Amino acid sequence: IAISKSFKLTLFLSLQAKMSKPVQAQRLEGIDKNIWVEFVKLAATYSTVNLGQGFPDFPPPDFLKEAFVRALGGENHMLHQYTRAFGHPPLVKILAQFFGKLLGRDLDPMTDVMVTVGAYQALFCCFQAFVDEGDEVIIIEPFFDCYEPMVKMAGGTPVFVPLRPKAPKDGKLMSSADWQLDPAELASKFSKRTKAIVLNSPNNPLGKVFSRGELELIAALCVKHDILCISDEVYEWLVYDGKEHVRIASLQGMWDRTVIIGSAGKTFSATGWKVGWTVGPSRLLQHLRTVHQNSVYHCATAAQEAVAQGFQRELEHYGKPDSYFVQLAKELQQKRDWLVQSLDAVGMKPIVPEGTYFLVADISEFKSDVPDVPDSEEPYDSRFAKWMVKNKVNASGP
Amino acid sequence: TMAFRHKNTRRIEGLDSNVWVEFTKVAADPSIVNLGQGLPDISPPSYVKEELAKAAAVDRLNQYTRGFGHPSLVKALSQVYERVCGRKIDPLTDILVTVGAYGSLFSTIQALIEEGDEVIIIEPFYDCYEPMVKMAGAKPVFIPLRYKNDGSSASSADWVLDAAELANKFNSKTKAIILNTPHNPIGKVFTREELQVIADLCIKHDSLCISDEVYEWLVYKGNKHIKIATLPGMWERTITIGSAGKTYSVTGWKLGWSIGPQNLIKHLQVVHQNTLYTCPTPLQEALAQAFWIDYKRMDDPDCYFYSLSRELESKRDRMAQLLQEAGLKPVIPDGGYFMIVDVSTLNVDLSDVGEKQPYDYKFVKWMITSKKLSAIPLSAFCGPETKRQFEKYIRFCFIKKDSTLDAAEVILKNWNKETA
Repeated sequence: IAISKSFKLTLFLSLQAKMSKPVQAQRLEGIDKNIWVEFVKLAATYSTVNLGQGFPDFPPPDFLKEAFVRALGGENHMLHQYTRAFGHPPLVKILAQFFGKLLGRDLDPMTDVMVTVGAYQALFCCFQAFVDEGDEVIIIEPFFDCYEPMVKMAGGTPVFVPLRPKAPKDGKLMSSADWQLDPAELASKFSKRTKAIVLNSPNNPLGKVFSRGELELIAALCVKHDILCISDEVYEWLVYDGKEHVRIASLQGMWDRTVIIGSAGKTFSATGWKVGWTVGPSRLLQHLRTVHQNSVYHCATAAQEAVAQGFQRELEHYGKPDSYFVQLAKELQQKRDWLVQSLDAVGMKPIVPEGTYFLVADISEFKSDVPDVPDSEEPYDSRFAKWMVKNKVNASGP
Repeated sequence: TMAFRHKNTRRIEGLDSNVWVEFTKVAADPSIVNLGQGLPDISPPSYVKEELAKAAAVDRLNQYTRGFGHPSLVKALSQVYERVCGRKIDPLTDILVTVGAYGSLFSTIQALIEEGDEVIIIEPFYDCYEPMVKMAGAKPVFIPLRYKNDGSSASSADWVLDAAELANKFNSKTKAIILNTPHNPIGKVFTREELQVIADLCIKHDSLCISDEVYEWLVYKGNKHIKIATLPGMWERTITIGSAGKTYSVTGWKLGWSIGPQNLIKHLQVVHQNTLYTCPTPLQEALAQAFWIDYKRMDDPDCYFYSLSRELESKRDRMAQLLQEAGLKPVIPDGGYFMIVDVSTLNVDLSDVGEKQPYDYKFVKWMITSKKLSAIPLSAFCGPETKRQFEKYIRFCFIKKDSTLDAAEVILKNWNKETA
């Protein structure tokens, strides 16, 4: 009886220990909050004009929609079944061809390209493949929100370095080009624990298009400290005023240490298709493949087939006036100019973006409408955005 | 260029090889009759394809939808499963839509499993369970299904867990057990009594149950699929995983779902929002519409959930017959669309093949090159200790159109003639 009681006590205590430990894994610590979950719901409840979440309210181009319909209804019903796990062959082939041309390299579609579920999953694969407990990852502020929780989930430490605004010339509106990294400050962020830097150019949310000089600075530090560059280039085609999108992987010493990330959602205005890709040397991509085959394994087939045809068309029209990439950039530049004018007229101070389809505006003139609450836990811009959604029939994100 | 010193992370060390990467490449040759990978070559039902074409034509459906699952889809799933489970399921808090059931397994394991945990895996197992558990830093603990009969016609029901052996595998570190019913590759449909044994142990040790039920509709006459989450005390500790690919023969849509109590699903949602955020919209809308069509006829035998399993039952019987005529003893599955068979009776001598691989790997490669027929070796689905036990088995997939099975028939009929 004594033995049985002691066994029961042990079992009871170990159950208590199990029950007092949280059911969820520690890797989820501090990454449960998410801005989109909150603001998307709010915008859906109140607004009629949603300028918050980043997706077009116009459709993808006709040639892409037609390609999708062809893939679905065609003779080949096998497009409803699994395709190659690391990317549908027609898609990886055209991506290798297209980006090979842009980078001036011979790319192997089977090893130097991998398709992912949106650029989001490409980012996830990079962090999981390369960021270990204790590794530091440099993140440039402001940043697309997922970089920080993804680094944390991988056990890494985010190290932030802000873009800092320089005052614009008198009478001129600020440009995203006026926001720059301080070279000494950037250099100070690198330590022997630094594993990677995340670069996002064109940058969401500012719209900054990093210049060749700025990229060379970053590249030199990557080479010096022998770190990885995760280059989020999803807005690569949305560049205005004749500016050039420079690919950091094309700079000296960078191809071997860079993973380039792209997105069909942003390239072809089809965010709901969730087709993205990574391009880089096989020595790096092999590890992304390992993560991918142990997390989602395959990406949906039909959309990949359609995106492949979209790229084929764009390859044929590259640089010509009827190229979708050329037309979309032209159209968005006009929308940008119109929005800049409107915001300026109402008293907000817009920062004119060099790229992307986002625009940041300074709202400090509106302190009288939405007074500051010094002890509030919620940042001012978040409260302002909520006030604007509820009162101005308009939405934007903080 | 300077050499880049950085290696991969610890979490993926040793997880790079994969049976599919090896065998799908080999079997991709169109002259090979492919009964290997679990990929239907039959067409999905036409209304399913039509719904996708309709969805793709709606502008808004080409943009992002709700991260945790497109509203019309989670609503449809909650209705279907409320009916099946006999309990209320909240579409927003009790369901997560993922990139295939594969994505659900990953989200569940990343959300709830970590270093220091043990996870019980029943052998043979769908191959991704082991690397996913390892990637989460946990220890897989294996227990084999054992064949209990000596009879001439084997059934998947003859493969059982030893209750005492199973009980011994549970301890204070056991965070979860992964259950797969109907089972891939054997096709076993766990009975209520068998599920109760597992449930009792989960409750006693306060463990979770990850229940992979992707083949839930594919059960054959005389069998019933029972959801372990419906047993007393199990809803609060079970994540039940389903798959559009297997339900509607659309593996290339890569949509799956996890269903369970809010206090567990919320952690899967956190993983999801930090991994891929949202699944494709038009596919989810099309799937929702397909589910409404079949939900409305769940009392009708024409419902696709039942008609597909009837279609597959006759393919199962045909596959079994072909193998028996070739002198083999297949294990007749009670569910799923795979069939395993012991090939050691064919006495194919592969001792001179140089590679150090289990017998079944060598056999399948030999069969592909010399017989132009592919299958999958069973030892890919085992832990290190049991590979010897299972290396005489190979797995055939029978969700194939008649012409594919006809081609397989020709090969199997001629088998003995050529090897004699």
